[in-house]
Amino acid sequence: MIDLSHIEKIYDSPAGPVHALKDISLHINKGEIFGIIGLSGAGKSTLVRCINLLERPTKGKVTIDGKDMTAMSEAELRTARKGIGMIFQHFNLLSSATVFDNIAFPLQLSNTPKKDIEKKVKELLELVGLSDKADQYPSQLSGGQKQRVGIARALASEPGILLCDEATSALDPQTTKSILQLIKDINHKLKLTVVVITHEMQVIKEICDKVAVIDKGVIAEEGQVLDVFINPQQPITKEFISVLLSNDLPVDFRKAAISRQPIQDGTLLMRLTFIGETANDPIISNLVKKYNVSADLFFGSLDDIKGAPFGRLIIGMDGSEADIEAATNYLNEQKVKVEVIGYVRRHSAIAH
Amino acid sequence: MSADILPLLTKALGETVYMVAVSMIISTILGIPLGVLLHTTSKGQILECIPFNRAIGTIVNAIRSIPFIILMVAIIPLTRFIVGSAIGTTAAMVPLVLASVPFISRQVETSLREIPYGIVEAAQSMGATPLQIIYKVFLPEAMPNIVAQLTTVIISLIGESAMAGAIGGGGLGDLAIRYGYQRFRPEIIIATVLVLIVMVQAVQFAGNQLAKKLDKR
Repeated sequence: MIDLSHIEKIYDSPAGPVHALKDISLHINKGEIFGIIGLSGAGKSTLVRCINLLERPTKGKVTIDGKDMTAMSEAELRTARKGIGMIFQHFNLLSSATVFDNIAFPLQLSNTPKKDIEKKVKELLELVGLSDKADQYPSQLSGGQKQRVGIARALASEPGILLCDEATSALDPQTTKSILQLIKDINHKLKLTVVVITHEMQVIKEICDKVAVIDKGVIAEEGQVLDVFINPQQPITKEFISVLLSNDLPVDFRKAAISRQPIQDGTLLMRLTFIGETANDPIISNLVKKYNVSADLFFGSLDDIKGAPFGRLIIGMDGSEADIEAATNYLNEQKVKVEVIGYVRRHSAIAH
Repeated sequence: MSADILPLLTKALGETVYMVAVSMIISTILGIPLGVLLHTTSKGQILECIPFNRAIGTIVNAIRSIPFIILMVAIIPLTRFIVGSAIGTTAAMVPLVLASVPFISRQVETSLREIPYGIVEAAQSMGATPLQIIYKVFLPEAMPNIVAQLTTVIISLIGESAMAGAIGGGGLGDLAIRYGYQRFRPEIIIATVLVLIVMVQAVQFAGNQLAKKLDKR
């Protein structure tokens, strides 16, 4: 659907050329919600603008639906852009036009008959839940409502692709949720391919199927969202995830000495990660029942990543080395990811 | 006050309104497109063309730096060529237009520059042509500002028209100089100034109201 191959973008600046994107190749499938996450300045906004060629890549090829965008003339490109909707962090609505006229704007550009415009805009207002706001001006709307207008406007020319450039970054958490829900709904309803640019892992977690992590102009890591969450490879990815899911030990253990070897009066700390169905199974109680070990629960959280349950526990396990090994094997068999942290003194938690 | 003031004032007022109105209309018709060009051909804009931008920018600055009274006499040959005479109300409009077009174009350029580039980018992402961006984004978005600034231009035109009157263009300036100053009739100067004050107030008020009505931000 969208194919970026070996994209390079170099800007001239007074301080010399800036290499904003370095050899980026991505493939985005039809109907997918694809997230691109990065810190500010990582190049993600430039990258998304390379898809509809608001920024022309210095090198590389952008292919959409088999058509080479980089080879098109200005006029061909304008036609192609009508098949790609875009929404923005600051909404970019016309302040001098009503909600109705803002949504009608792309249709007026292509000289759609008035009657058709009216019908289409009405439909879109309904889709985004703003039917009662048609005659208001953007300044009379809240941030979330403005973004809904932005979405309706982006969908007016019935595109196959929706690009979201930090679409929820200027919104409060509550509004962010509702806008993400709307994006998810239209992705489902209209079979739209969605590219989401963000600096918030929350956004990726809520709606994306796949994610690419971009850092200093290169793709650091890419994959299914769940896989990336469970098994982040790069430090930058771990950092993004840690905002959502703390990897820290419970406060009481942070200063405790951790030993690789069993210590007297010690307990073995482990971090367990449950994904999907296993998150709902009674694994811990089975563990204690079947093996001669005890498990103290120090920390636990349950999350969901695009609908899949995702649980994390930190436990302290006691028992003989053989029993612990058997128990660990059992956990592995149950598709629980086990990370052994080390032995700490049992009373670290209480004695500080 | 003698009885002859009133007809004199009405006639002069009529001439001033005529000079200001016609030169304003012509200057606006020429000045807005020039202002659009000044903005859209600048760096990073939709019709970026830096040599052209520099050229028109330099011409605009050059004309704007000539004091009006000097511009008026300097272009007498041009005026004669266009109107057929260098004296009279119609002839006065040539320097008035020539002075106002660069003024308006800079004002329009400033108004356009205030429009966030994101809105232009959004229009581009929808496949708008540069002309569509000018007509459907730049001008409507900048209209409240442009109206407010055209109001300022009208007011400075009223002032300049008085100067043009002094070299034979008629109007309120002419009346004040010839009757008031040269014939020692201070009451005529005072009456003229009062009329000008009322006129400027009315223009400013109307301009403010219109700009406010257009402004939906």
